[in-house]
Amino acid sequence: MDFNLTDERRMLQDSLGRFLADNYDHDKRRKVIASGAPYDAEVFAGLAELGVLGALFSEEAGGFGGAGFDIAVVFEELGRAGVIEPVLPAVLAGSLLGNNADLIEAIISGEAIVALAHAEPVSRYDLNHVTTTISGGVLNGTKAHVLNGAQATHLIVSARESGDDWSEEGIALFLVDPAAKGVTIADHVNTDGTSGATVVLENVTPISRIDGGFAELERATARATLAVSAEALGAMEAAKALTLDYLKERKQFGIPIGKFQALQHRMADVLIEVEQARSAVINLAGNLEADRATRELHVSATKNLIGRVGAHVVEEAVQMHGGIGMTDEYALSHFARRITMIDHWFGDVDHHLARFIALSGAA
Amino acid sequence: MDLNYSEEQQAFRAEVRDWLAETLPRDLSEKVRLGKRLTKQDSEHWHALLNERGWLAPNWPKQYGGAEWDAVQRQIFEDECCRAHAPRIVPFGLSMLAPVLMAFGSEEQRQRFLPRILNGEDWWCQGYSEPGAGSDLAALKTRAVREGDHYVVNGQKTWTTLGQHANWIFCLVRTDPDVKKQEGISFLLIDMTSPGITVRPIVLVDGGAEVNEVFFDNVRVPAENLVGEENKGWTYAKYLLTHERTNIAGVGFSNAALETVKEVAGKVQSGGKPLSQNPHFAARVAQVEIDLMAMATTNLRVVSAAAKGQAPGAESSMLKVKGTVIRQELTSLLRRAVGPDALPFQEDYLEGGDNAEMMGPEHAAAAAPSYFNNRKLAIFGGSNEVQRSIITKAIMGL
Repeated sequence: MDFNLTDERRMLQDSLGRFLADNYDHDKRRKVIASGAPYDAEVFAGLAELGVLGALFSEEAGGFGGAGFDIAVVFEELGRAGVIEPVLPAVLAGSLLGNNADLIEAIISGEAIVALAHAEPVSRYDLNHVTTTISGGVLNGTKAHVLNGAQATHLIVSARESGDDWSEEGIALFLVDPAAKGVTIADHVNTDGTSGATVVLENVTPISRIDGGFAELERATARATLAVSAEALGAMEAAKALTLDYLKERKQFGIPIGKFQALQHRMADVLIEVEQARSAVINLAGNLEADRATRELHVSATKNLIGRVGAHVVEEAVQMHGGIGMTDEYALSHFARRITMIDHWFGDVDHHLARFIALSGAA
Repeated sequence: MDLNYSEEQQAFRAEVRDWLAETLPRDLSEKVRLGKRLTKQDSEHWHALLNERGWLAPNWPKQYGGAEWDAVQRQIFEDECCRAHAPRIVPFGLSMLAPVLMAFGSEEQRQRFLPRILNGEDWWCQGYSEPGAGSDLAALKTRAVREGDHYVVNGQKTWTTLGQHANWIFCLVRTDPDVKKQEGISFLLIDMTSPGITVRPIVLVDGGAEVNEVFFDNVRVPAENLVGEENKGWTYAKYLLTHERTNIAGVGFSNAALETVKEVAGKVQSGGKPLSQNPHFAARVAQVEIDLMAMATTNLRVVSAAAKGQAPGAESSMLKVKGTVIRQELTSLLRRAVGPDALPFQEDYLEGGDNAEMMGPEHAAAAAPSYFNNRKLAIFGGSNEVQRSIITKAIMGL
């Protein structure tokens, strides 16, 4: 048992942390979002140059990491800095690319963004609910909440080949050119400043079929769930640090508000819960390569806990700050939005509590 | 990062598990499993078996007859003992007083008392709290006045756990009333058979009487029973409290309690189905299980750092708060799981009567008493509110 990072991961963590401290802050992110750009291309190129994207892929796939703790280290740092640049698609869609060495190489260098178009307008968090069809060699259907769909150089589209709308069997995956005939992409900005899209497919001919179906989608989602959980942890650490500083600096009634026991005890609970969140991320990272039943039990346990603790940390941090904590100008607002919106990715607190119960019963 | 136990650690776990399977008497583990009360003889019997194997004092150095295990080994031992429903080791002599004697006691005190703690000749209890000194322990008033080669002690201690079994008590006493309250306290070892000592049981909300009041009326204590220096007792007390907090997370207890809750909920019926299929009940169980999965890792993070020599600071306070919240929630779930069968107060059964005499399913008799009894978890060893203040002070420096 060892809870220390390897030297390689510690170096990655240090260099990424330094790069973001030097090149990224709340003002910069606000300017990017206000400009209407989905992300800062220079920062994204810098992340690629640092090897951040390569760390998300295994050596076999052409990267130099790809394990649970690689994903956790990268995304905790991204979360701590509040990065909105499109790194998550590399985990989500990248996990489905198997041995497509050329495309993976292009993702690692930052040239390609591959977006996963899987969720649909009514599928909510059910991975098995697919109504988009593949028939006669063409795709028809609507995909919702496609992360960075409008910036993508390639789309991976899931479609039903057989079975009913809810069947785990009969889901196939296709590589699609976003510029192909019949593809309509409606871009929108998300609450937390990231970029989403609705993708309508009308008689679209895919570039190629890629290996995999439901099982591969579930595995890719497990990896992405770890990524956003670690990102939420980093954002919670940032919110915690802002709040601790504020409790020491802000004076009311002539003394720092951190002298008030009512706030001290609330802060103590925040500190305890953030440690719980860190443990939950460790648990999922350490079980990401376990058998399916073990892995998915940890997916649901971790995502449920991250959702609960995330809401607790956000609500307490805003409350302890008072009015300033609600302003867009102050960095806490970004972390509050991002942590909260992460609950809406890949299943929220309630979804994963119910799923944990179902998986425990089956185990 | 590696969440797996090493081969040595896994072998150690297997060794402990096998030994428990062979050695732990069935009547004792049944009592623990069903939440029945243990007698003094039960504890002494279990201590003797552990001592024979050399495992009674996991944290003691080998030179004093301890196992000298590291923090991870102790955690494994604790997990396995809980899993096997072994009685808990009564901690007052073994893990509270002994470390203080080793660190601050005289060689004579160590020679005299440590072997007797191991072989069960002495049963120690803790004389800390007083009616006016709970969370503010340093406000204690029990007075010790030096008269020649004796101290004369007057005052009262309270919440003295298992004091009814004890023949010795280690006490914090006030030796100087004229200085800052922390600086006038001494650490004194008192023979409970001395004239002037009265022990009175306190019946608690669960119907049991595991705690006592201890009164001192002109009790003469030989000066050689002072530990360390006069008026330095607060330093020793704080040292003891850090030792008291090892294993504070109670992961082993919670794992065992969770299994019990699941077992009962799988057996009792609600609406024609096992209670475990009631979505509201299942959700409460799942949520505490998820919290426990994370807390077990939080605990291992602290434990593995401790095994490498890093002293836990605010982390033990975090574990105390989270660990007790989880344990209390589990007692609450068990109480609800047994349903109306929690109503009868089945004292004869709790005192060792056989299973045929019991109303309701297994665990029903102990469910409500255990729920009430474990309110103590968030109160003793520094209340959870005191722990929260420690956490913020350590981290914010305010």
